[in-house]
Amino acid sequence: MNAPTISHYPSAPAAQKIETHTLSVLVDNEPGVLARVIGLFSGRGYNIESLTVSETEHQAHLSLVTIVTTGTPMVIEQIKNQLDRLVPVHRVVDMTLAGSCIERELAMVKVRGKGEHRVEALRLADAFRARVIDATIESFVFEITGASDKIEQFIALMLPLGLVEVARTGIAAIRRGPDAL
Amino acid sequence: MTKEMTGAEMVIQALADQGVQHLFGYPGGAVLPIYDALFTQERVRHILVRHEQGAAHAAEGYARSTGKVGCVLVTSGPGATNAVTGLTDALMDSIPIVCITGQVPTHLIGNDAFQECDTVGITRPCTKHNYLVKRIEDLPRILHEAFHIASTGRPGPVVVDIPKDIQFAKGAYFKPKDFPHTGYKPRVKGEMEAIKHAIALMANAKKPVFYTGGGIINSGNAASDLLRELVKLTGFPITSTLMGLGAYPSADPQWLGMLGMHGTLEANMAMHDCDVMVCIGARFDDRITGRLDAFSPHSKKIHIDIDPSSINKNVKVDLPIIGDCAHVLEDMVRLWRTQALRADAKALEAWWAQISKWRARKSLAYRPSNEVIKPQYAIQRLYELTKDKDVYITTEVGQHQMWAAQFYGFNEPNRWMTSGGLGTMGYGLPASVGVQLAHPGSLVIDIAGEASVLMTMQELSTAVQYRLPIKIFILNNSYMGMVRQWQELLHGGRYSESYSAALPDFVKLAEAMHAHGIRCEKPGDLDHAIKEMIDVDKPVLFDCVVDPMENCFPMIPSGRAHNEMLLGDAAMSLEEAITEEGKMLV
Repeated sequence: MNAPTISHYPSAPAAQKIETHTLSVLVDNEPGVLARVIGLFSGRGYNIESLTVSETEHQAHLSLVTIVTTGTPMVIEQIKNQLDRLVPVHRVVDMTLAGSCIERELAMVKVRGKGEHRVEALRLADAFRARVIDATIESFVFEITGASDKIEQFIALMLPLGLVEVARTGIAAIRRGPDAL
Repeated sequence: MTKEMTGAEMVIQALADQGVQHLFGYPGGAVLPIYDALFTQERVRHILVRHEQGAAHAAEGYARSTGKVGCVLVTSGPGATNAVTGLTDALMDSIPIVCITGQVPTHLIGNDAFQECDTVGITRPCTKHNYLVKRIEDLPRILHEAFHIASTGRPGPVVVDIPKDIQFAKGAYFKPKDFPHTGYKPRVKGEMEAIKHAIALMANAKKPVFYTGGGIINSGNAASDLLRELVKLTGFPITSTLMGLGAYPSADPQWLGMLGMHGTLEANMAMHDCDVMVCIGARFDDRITGRLDAFSPHSKKIHIDIDPSSINKNVKVDLPIIGDCAHVLEDMVRLWRTQALRADAKALEAWWAQISKWRARKSLAYRPSNEVIKPQYAIQRLYELTKDKDVYITTEVGQHQMWAAQFYGFNEPNRWMTSGGLGTMGYGLPASVGVQLAHPGSLVIDIAGEASVLMTMQELSTAVQYRLPIKIFILNNSYMGMVRQWQELLHGGRYSESYSAALPDFVKLAEAMHAHGIRCEKPGDLDHAIKEMIDVDKPVLFDCVVDPMENCFPMIPSGRAHNEMLLGDAAMSLEEAITEEGKMLV
């Protein structure tokens, strides 16, 4: 028999494996809809690793919210069901379960430096297919698009070369093949 | 057919079109146009409460006892924030409510205007859905959609926040036929393959149990009827959550009593030892499950629920069926009949023999007294003296609520109104106001505690104003009893702030409020006093002075499983129970 606790609530369940999932959520583009989605996450103690929102179908007033979240399989299931329960939510698709999907994000990376560091930064940017979108005598702003790990890697390489600022969009995801969401 | 009218008139028109007869509310600056529109009509009757929380609870009681949507009208700012407790309560217990709130004029929103608050922001997490109406063109659709969303699927509260300028604005009123929302389509029919699978599991069960909840009540009378039919067809035992009481008659031998933290031993043991659990319209709440990793370890679990997010939330189930209880039950009864299925009679006989052994422990037993009124005895007498009447019971929250659930027998759905999920002290009195309005000729009793009832005591004034003869039956033990019980059992008897000092003289209080007061202190006087309470055609405040140190048993202590229940000292030990049963066999 377990030792009784002093609380009248059951104790927390034993730790389970944590998974990362990307969810595509199609919502009515109306005021407050984003607050409903993120309020659900904060209110129920779910994690948001990345969040991207934009109107995708202007005529139908629909926006696509792409959320990267983490949790146990049971919690991920809950998150999807809770999202689906919101009235302005049309569909929730688990892109991680849906099979092969493409995930991309865009980052703008500002690097400040002179001499050899500057040349090295340009050389690496070229290898990563990052574009120079702003330059001064002592700085570059690179634009890089790709999967998150590629961006992470690029940022890590820029760190010793004078990285001063990063702006990232968060993940957008789409399924491979001919089928639509 | 469209008609030109103001926003305020649209509100009243939409309520009338939705068949709303009673509206619980409290006026204020930001809803004055709607109150003006109310003044010149007779279709919707407004009930003036004394606090907006009371309006929301009254609407809940109204909704729960009728199956209709309860309606609330409050002003902006404090009117809306005061209603929040009632809205949250309705969300937790899935009660359909439409709450209309006034808002400052559109051009002042966000300016910290007088009596402004972010109503949609505040109520977003405590409603099923909410709206801020910014254009008069949207108002008719939103009003009707609010009723649609509140009453369909898993019911819940919906807030419509209407700025004052929109109430004055003129527009074309219409009643939409349907709603274009592609996102909101609750599923009512269960998947047939899953239902067939469930039926097969049930037919092969050796130790089955039905575990039902408030979803059956929400699904309507048909669901209760079908449940009774299915339970009779299968011969299985049945238990229910606090919210589901009345869906199955407590007088029936297949009824095990309520389950959970203060449920009966037989209900909890049956849940723990069963091999097939049929959960219908319940949600595996933590008051039900006890220790999760020891919850019914050997059973196949079937879970029928209209809300997909209830599935696998707390307990992993083997067979989920998404659908409305009544629809799924209808399919189950039909399949069971057409396939001419039979439960395993021999296994069931052994299972019932085991259940009778648990029953023989008499887990609800208490030590009677001739000196002081035992709270359990008070409820028993109340039940005996009212059971043949057309009676509705509401409660507050605490020990008295659990004793009411344990000792008052419910045989019909919609007769039991209590705050289950949120556990709102102060729910019962205003709820009984709503119930009595919906059922003018019936006997409506709020079983209360002296601490709870003081939270919304002002609503007695509402009852007096509308001549609602509600009976407030206070089990007065001078403590917040459940808090005191936990402090006794878990915090070394340090009764920190749980004593109700400086209690009012409830008889004088009743008289001051133009109600009738009764005080009873001796068990011998109780029957007479209860009869007086029933006979007085006025609101009654009944101060029933009970044993202050009585605890509510049985209970599942924290961190324990269903088979580790703590019984009261009056319950039979295992040995006694066996001999007791032996005696009965002779």
